[in-house]
Amino acid sequence: MDIKDFIAKLVAVPGVSGYEERIARVISEAFNSYCQEVRTDAFFNVFGRKTDGHGENMPKVMVAAHMDEIGLMVTHIDEKGFIRFTNIGGVDPRILPGQEVEIHGKKKLFGVIGAKPPHLQQAEDAKKAVEMKDMAIDAGLSAEHAKELINIGDIITFVSPLVELKGGMVSAKSLDDRAGVAVLLETMKELDKLRFCADVYFVATVQEEVGVRGAAISTYRIAPDIGIAIDVTHGDTPDASRDETFAMNKGPVIAVGPNMHPRLTQKVMDTAKEYGIDYMVEVEPGPTGTDARAIQISRYGVPTVLIEIPLRYMHTTVETLNLDNIRKAARLLARFIASLKEDWNQWLNY
Amino acid sequence: MAELLKQLTEIGGVSGDEGRVRKLISDNISPFVDDVYTDRIGNLIAYKKGKKDGKKIMLCAHMDEIGLIITGIQDDGMLKFRAVGGIDPRILVSKRVLIGKNACPGVLGIKAIHLQEVEERKNAVKVKQMYIDIGAVSREEAGQAVSLGDYAVFDSKYVEFGEDKVKAKALDDRAGCAMLVELIKQEYDYDIYTCFSVQEEVGLRGAEVLGYSINPDIAIVVEGTTCSDVPDVDEHLYTTEMGKGPAITIMDASSYANKELVEMLVKTAQKNDIPFQFKKTVTGGNDAGRIHLAREGVKTAAVSVPCRYIHSPSSVMDLNDYRNTIRLLSTFLKGCEL
Repeated sequence: MDIKDFIAKLVAVPGVSGYEERIARVISEAFNSYCQEVRTDAFFNVFGRKTDGHGENMPKVMVAAHMDEIGLMVTHIDEKGFIRFTNIGGVDPRILPGQEVEIHGKKKLFGVIGAKPPHLQQAEDAKKAVEMKDMAIDAGLSAEHAKELINIGDIITFVSPLVELKGGMVSAKSLDDRAGVAVLLETMKELDKLRFCADVYFVATVQEEVGVRGAAISTYRIAPDIGIAIDVTHGDTPDASRDETFAMNKGPVIAVGPNMHPRLTQKVMDTAKEYGIDYMVEVEPGPTGTDARAIQISRYGVPTVLIEIPLRYMHTTVETLNLDNIRKAARLLARFIASLKEDWNQWLNY
Repeated sequence: MAELLKQLTEIGGVSGDEGRVRKLISDNISPFVDDVYTDRIGNLIAYKKGKKDGKKIMLCAHMDEIGLIITGIQDDGMLKFRAVGGIDPRILVSKRVLIGKNACPGVLGIKAIHLQEVEERKNAVKVKQMYIDIGAVSREEAGQAVSLGDYAVFDSKYVEFGEDKVKAKALDDRAGCAMLVELIKQEYDYDIYTCFSVQEEVGLRGAEVLGYSINPDIAIVVEGTTCSDVPDVDEHLYTTEMGKGPAITIMDASSYANKELVEMLVKTAQKNDIPFQFKKTVTGGNDAGRIHLAREGVKTAAVSVPCRYIHSPSSVMDLNDYRNTIRLLSTFLKGCEL
């Protein structure tokens, strides 16, 4: 399965933070083809272990990308069957009106998000964004049927399948961070072409969007020598500042700052230069909003590096990225992992 | 029956670009009528001879839908656009569109929530702040796929869901078009001119020409109309209610419905146990606004299917309302004495 098809498959599977069981199963199957050992923990973090079985003093490397996605949750069903909801993870309410959703009740139910029609609003209100509390999901059901099939607390996902745009760009919901999971899979494929001595644990983590929780417990379990987080960062768009965003066609982004280990990060940059892989640098002045945040401070501390894929319109239903950046990130990762020799702790440790 | 509605709602036909809709309707009605022709501005007219001579009945539904038109291509490959017809800009955010003849996919994004100020999030995004991303990274690359003046429609599939509900774009007024195609398959006493108008959404322009050229004895406009029976709306402000049958207009901003025709429609519904409702608010307008003023004036009425979230990518209609609207109109056309 090529990268595009794999991502298309991933984004179609629901996996809102805290409700990752189904996406975990799909990812676990995919990992199985490329890993010696695949396990899922009680929180549904998926671990794929991959070794090449040679060398002494092998570093344990953890490569993590989160599989959870933002979404919505049912809070109330009214007397006409309309469904009120809240958000899980950061959702801009302005993306919601007119959106198609799936409610994961006793069965999967289609619905659309509606609000009071504009002609019934005061002119002043029409200039304002509709607030989430003033929206409702229309599942086309009477209150009786809705209450029979849907419970308070049921999860809601957006319907927004992958669309192919020009120049290798694709758009879909939840590319944050299913794109990162695709990087993991591509890295496994790349590693199959190389010799490496590291003991590599690929981890698809849970609950990143609600506070990097899956990364915290999975890093504890593995106790890695080196931690690598794969996530998305902001792609350039006309409505955002150039300082905060990255070009879509200049390779992946390597982050620098206190959350990242300087020597490790330098080594990854050196690898990129050695193999002619384009990359950009993002400066992160504090703990990042990625799994790297939790990985770094697990147990006795873990030297951590963060590699990111530029993504436009993050946390919307039309997240957009360039597939080429996924290939480049995977190539970089595989080459970096293969470059780790028995002397790894000499250059890495302070 | 639903198959044609699906096809009609899934093809693009923004005001001024109704060709594909016209072709699809024309192909579907040709076997059932005596003549089909397209007038000088793109209206499609189907003539079916009645069993009696003399009177002319005009039925009218509009083919066009609201959408976008490409007005500029930026150096960074992004497309600028304007709305065609009445669109609340707030429904455009985070949606997919298909642009031009080759249905080039594009997305209307918004900068990430992480990059916004809290205050920004409270304001609606204006059309002039928006752009369409087709994945092109330069003006040249975008220009190969899209031209100025290309129309864009929502990328939205026909979905049946819930209890006999349908979600689709352009139910206003492909629902009307589909109903007229069903109606014209039957036989009637009077000559029927089934008209599929252009440019309703930009000012009822096709209907102006149709009213004059057909010069009917009576006219019935068949529409998908606003249904506002949603939370936070007072009941007395419900324009129409879903599942309560076809909505008969008494007045709107563009016309008064002819009282005789309204009475005939109501009696037809009552006699035949067909549920119906009156369209309760008086805002908005439709092709009746032009047809009733054609030449010396035409007795005109409007019958509509309630559609929630009209003019959005996800309008919702009840299939029972749709079937009952066809039933009401078919019974009326068969039984009316002019």
